[in-house]
Amino acid sequence: MNIQNLEKSTWFYLCITLLLFILPMVITERSLQFIIIQIFIFGIFAMSYDLLLGYTGIISFGHVIFFGLGAYTTGIALDRLGATIGSLVIGAFIGVLLAAFVSLLVGMLTLRLKSHFYAMLTLALSGLFLVAAEKWRPMTGGNDGFTFRLPDIIREPNHLYILCLIFFVLIFFGLRRLTNSPFGKVLMAIRENENRTTSLGYKVVYYKVIASIVSGVVASLAGVLYALSLRFVNTGVFATDLTIDVLLMTIIGGVGTLIGPIIGAGLVELAHHWLSSLADVHWIFERWIILYGTLYILVVIFFPLGIIGTIRSKLAGRNK
Amino acid sequence: MMSSLLSVKNVEAFIQQYHILHDISLEVQSGEVTVLLGRNGAGKTTTLRTIMGLNKVSKGDITYNGEQIINEQPYRIANKGIGYVPEDQGIFGELTVGENMRVAVKKEDERTTKRMEWILDLFPDLKKYWKKQGGQLSGGQKQMLAIARAFVNENDLLLIDEPSKGLAPIIVEKVTESIQQMKEHATILLVEQNFQMASNTGDHFYIIDDGQTVLNGKMNELQENQELKRKYLGIL
Repeated sequence: MNIQNLEKSTWFYLCITLLLFILPMVITERSLQFIIIQIFIFGIFAMSYDLLLGYTGIISFGHVIFFGLGAYTTGIALDRLGATIGSLVIGAFIGVLLAAFVSLLVGMLTLRLKSHFYAMLTLALSGLFLVAAEKWRPMTGGNDGFTFRLPDIIREPNHLYILCLIFFVLIFFGLRRLTNSPFGKVLMAIRENENRTTSLGYKVVYYKVIASIVSGVVASLAGVLYALSLRFVNTGVFATDLTIDVLLMTIIGGVGTLIGPIIGAGLVELAHHWLSSLADVHWIFERWIILYGTLYILVVIFFPLGIIGTIRSKLAGRNK
Repeated sequence: MMSSLLSVKNVEAFIQQYHILHDISLEVQSGEVTVLLGRNGAGKTTTLRTIMGLNKVSKGDITYNGEQIINEQPYRIANKGIGYVPEDQGIFGELTVGENMRVAVKKEDERTTKRMEWILDLFPDLKKYWKKQGGQLSGGQKQMLAIARAFVNENDLLLIDEPSKGLAPIIVEKVTESIQQMKEHATILLVEQNFQMASNTGDHFYIIDDGQTVLNGKMNELQENQELKRKYLGIL
């Protein structure tokens, strides 16, 4: 790769990355660092959803399955095999494999059909995984979940921050490369007009299944990091609320933009934290979800393309 | 003697519960432009979609290059060398002109590069707006992009559906010219309502009426037969 050929936007993202690496030296407050870690994790989760919805046009109501699998396998491995890097790698690896297998299976079963079949099957499966996690108490601790210890090397919050940041950056640049590649353009073509893409000679289902697998694997990595950040896993990682959250993050930030869902994740996480902390000021903030819903309605009305989508559309209009 | 590249025999097809094609039979000869004519709703577009595998055939045979393609997946049919330009052009609005072209390319080699250069010389607007999004092009530019995209591969047969639809007369002339030039490189099955364009480009014609092929012959014979034009095409 010739460094002189890097696009302006790549330089911009690299500068942001550098700033994020030095941020823990400036922000030492633990709670703030934790929020930033959550933004990285949900940013990864939202990017994985964007690959599915934004780039390929596949709607999932159960994307949380993959997130939950990553979280549980990591938690169980660290709990049962001991708090070592080896256990972490084994847990994460099993999570990724399971996510790849489930997304392959769901994709093969439904992606030949209309997109709502994928949405319905993922919704049903997420319910099934939630019940399985509740009932398999000896392994999962049921609804109460279980705590576990982290390997020494990432017990220090700064180290966990760096680990999450590395994953976040690698996944962002990896997905950016994928979506800008000819493969990514075929995904976008499928999203726009499936019939047309198939009559250009593309086996559409093959591309959709690959997108589903990549998206599932990335979501499972987000689940791995989520479990590490909380040092705790319960059935909440399979809750439909999380899929709704990630859907909102993607829509608020702008579908099919990759950077938009990260911004969406940041806004939603900050709004969640900030609105919850205002509970002492007025009771309405205890019900922060009402404000959150209002914010969502306003965004959909005034920014139907999401934040990044609207900015890009305005810039394109100016350059016309 | 010219050989038949595409042969459609007694094809029947439904769209949902509606019986649209009752009995379509036609032969497309290599190196020629065959035009499907007929009134609105006669079944011309459905015929092209059925050949392309986008509609199921309930009865009859379709052979391409001597090989059965009936009810094959559309991507397999496309990979056998049939390019399709749909009525709505099927441009990917959020991809740039360049990306629309690249998505269509099946094999990157020297011959494709030469074809790409040739087609960009034929449609200079596409070169000019290479980085512009497909959705921002004018109707004529979209049509040119749709035709160029089907032509960029070495397809032996192009199915082109109403390329003059909704275009200004001057653009129709340009599209007619481009089809005439493409004729030297590929066989074309054209659906066209604009009789002027059809007669300027076509060698043979088939008239479809109520889902059946009712008449066929050489285009110059039809041009001279006022009675047939009035009866089947409503041209006075």
